[in-house]
Amino acid sequence: MLTLDHLSKTYGAGSSGDKALHEVTFQVPQGQVLGLIGPSGAGKSTLIRCINRLVEPSAGTIRLGKTNLAGLRGRELRRARRRIGMIFQEYALVERLTVMENVLSGRLGYVPFWRSFTRRFPGHDIENAYRLLDRVGLLDHADKRADALSGGQRQRVGIARALAQEPELLLVDEPTASLDPRTSRQIMRLITEICAERDLPAIVNIHDVPLAQQFMHRIVGLRSGEMVFDGAPQKLDDTMLTEIYGAEDWTLMRQEHEDDEVAERAGRLPLAESVG
Amino acid sequence: MKQARHYPRHWRRPPQIITGRRWRVLLPLAILAYLTLAISSLEVDTARLIDGLERGARFAHGFLQPDFSSRWSDIRQGLIESLTMTLTATVVGILISVPIGIGAARNLVARPVYLVCRSIIAVSRSLQEIIIAIFLVAMFGFGPFAGFITLAFASIGFLAKLLADDIEEIDASQAEAIRATGASWWQLVHYAIQPQVMPRLLGLSLYRLDINFRESAVIGIVGAGGIGATLNTAIDRYEYDSAGAILLIVIAIVMLAEYASSHLRKTLQ
Amino acid sequence: MSKLDVKPGEPSHYSQAWTFRTPRARLALWLGWLALVALFVWCWQLMNEDTMWLFVADAPRQAADIGSRLFPPALGYMPELLAPLWDTLNIATLGTLGGVILAVPVAFLAARNTTPSAALVRPVALLVIVTSRSINSLIWALLLVAIIGPGLLAGIVAIALRSIGFVGKLLYEAIEETDARQIEAMVATGARSAQVIHYGIVPQVLPAFWGISVFRWDINIRESTILGLVGAGGIGMKLQSSIDTLAWSQVATILLVILATVVVSEAISARMRRALI
Repeated sequence: MLTLDHLSKTYGAGSSGDKALHEVTFQVPQGQVLGLIGPSGAGKSTLIRCINRLVEPSAGTIRLGKTNLAGLRGRELRRARRRIGMIFQEYALVERLTVMENVLSGRLGYVPFWRSFTRRFPGHDIENAYRLLDRVGLLDHADKRADALSGGQRQRVGIARALAQEPELLLVDEPTASLDPRTSRQIMRLITEICAERDLPAIVNIHDVPLAQQFMHRIVGLRSGEMVFDGAPQKLDDTMLTEIYGAEDWTLMRQEHEDDEVAERAGRLPLAESVG
Repeated sequence: MKQARHYPRHWRRPPQIITGRRWRVLLPLAILAYLTLAISSLEVDTARLIDGLERGARFAHGFLQPDFSSRWSDIRQGLIESLTMTLTATVVGILISVPIGIGAARNLVARPVYLVCRSIIAVSRSLQEIIIAIFLVAMFGFGPFAGFITLAFASIGFLAKLLADDIEEIDASQAEAIRATGASWWQLVHYAIQPQVMPRLLGLSLYRLDINFRESAVIGIVGAGGIGATLNTAIDRYEYDSAGAILLIVIAIVMLAEYASSHLRKTLQ
Repeated sequence: MSKLDVKPGEPSHYSQAWTFRTPRARLALWLGWLALVALFVWCWQLMNEDTMWLFVADAPRQAADIGSRLFPPALGYMPELLAPLWDTLNIATLGTLGGVILAVPVAFLAARNTTPSAALVRPVALLVIVTSRSINSLIWALLLVAIIGPGLLAGIVAIALRSIGFVGKLLYEAIEETDARQIEAMVATGARSAQVIHYGIVPQVLPAFWGISVFRWDINIRESTILGLVGAGGIGMKLQSSIDTLAWSQVATILLVILATVVVSEAISARMRRALI
């Protein structure tokens, strides 16, 4: 369970600084997939990066289980980070390493330097990495270089890397931003399935509202760093969306989404297996 | 597919660059053999080295406490020679390299002219400044004039080659458009070629100015004037504090030149 | 559109046909050129204060004299050059090896994204790079021959010291250009900084590293052929002694061998770089 309490982030010094997050407070129970929506610059990316401290929060607490992540330093911080898996917008794989090395890099926080340096990871780590690659449908690609894969495949390696950490929480930053609509859905489905299998809480930063409404259990809306919505996806109506995003034609976006979905169902059956 | 399966517990990174098995064994062996041979051919005189430690310490000391004053008139003379020959050689080098560069561009001139100009470039580039300087000192006598000719000659090869390559790579359609208006060869060069390569030439000239100064500190060793001669004398006399002062001046001027030329290039573009 | 428009002596109707610059800019440009010409003339006079024009006038005759002595090259001298050539190769290769080994930590200390302290360590690393780059390998050799005595070792150390700056500069620029997201992803797994560097940065800069090293090796072969002029071993020693004894036909042979070596090393380095990248 993740608890954020009055989390704030101010860029620049003092009260004159730029407020990216303002007293954000919510809880994510086990197994819940929470979608974070909002216009760009609303602080979505800052929020999830505050949780694993890639960005230093200015105030507030972040509790994962019993630990307050906000106060950790050095070794303690690294130990906390390895409990949190992160999936990135443009995959952020180490392009020139093999798929297997990328998955194993999820174990870096657990193994001593000499093991990672000589690439002699413990047997159970390797076994687990193979299992995860099988789970995301890439067992045959283990020895390929990451830059030889397609976008959807790379994102699945990213998911396997995050899972290799055996995380207690998943942070997902715009996982589908550089993917086509059909692959986007496959990836979102994979993420929600995995969270259900492992009873993992997840925070998914997502700009595509219809996609969020289709897959998320709960949605939090951010505008200029403040929470303006927190509730079930069904409750997110056009008035609410206008409040979050400003005036935009939501009906058109929905229509496109439904068209995509119909088109996908028509061609989906043979693909379902490869997704797992 | 998804029942309980056993997965391998071992994984080895597949070789990335050298994939042949034979080479992966042979190459490290060959490298090891070469290193053993090379290092064993070194004759290290330990006594001389220990002696050298003390001298090294003295040099480091001279570098930290440089003595600018006691040889100042020599240093001043060397610096003037270096700076003047750098500037004059660069200017003359540019003036000569422009026609040679144009002559070495395949898309502009007849084949015989191209071959002649390319061979001038090849000769200038294949010989190092110091070797050219040896010959020119023998011809022109000691002093900065030989250094000036050396640097000008080396600049010609450097600038003309890059200039010619630039011209060969320019946008052919622009040249064609000018040619279609019935322009003469001179007009073609003036209107189509020159505007495209001028900014590059300017940048290259500044870069060469920088190189020429560094080289001017070297060719003095064989008698072609400049700060290198002063440095050589200082080291011969074991005056490490003066040598340190000279090196510090050289480093400062190179840093300054690099900073100024990057600044200048930015404002010109 | 061009600077030549305002070159002195050009027909005036050129500028009447189409004036690109404002009169003021043209004036400034004129003055700039004038200043450059004045500077050139001044430098020329300063430089040639002590020039013996008699010697200069005699140069063509000297050139003809040396030229006639250079030919034919003494090809029988070639076997004597094999051992110095081997030394030259070793100076370049071992020197490059040493330089690269020293340059790697310097580069990591100098790159903005890996330096432990941007205020203290980075300037020192940059100073090391600048110092190494500003001083030609021949001057390093001159110093080292005075310090540790003539021979191969001085040459190797000179080449290594000169290579630190070259490799260090290009490598730290490559490190600064790495993709920050890949590094961020490694930090997010809870890896310690050595692991972040090894998994996040090293794979990204490795191709650049090999390219730079081979390139520098090629340059070093070229430079090590002349280090012997100041006593730092290799084929340059033979060059020096042949010049001292005015054995010009031997000089011609040596120059041919140097030329061949440089051409071969250039070809090898071009092939290796293509294979590596």
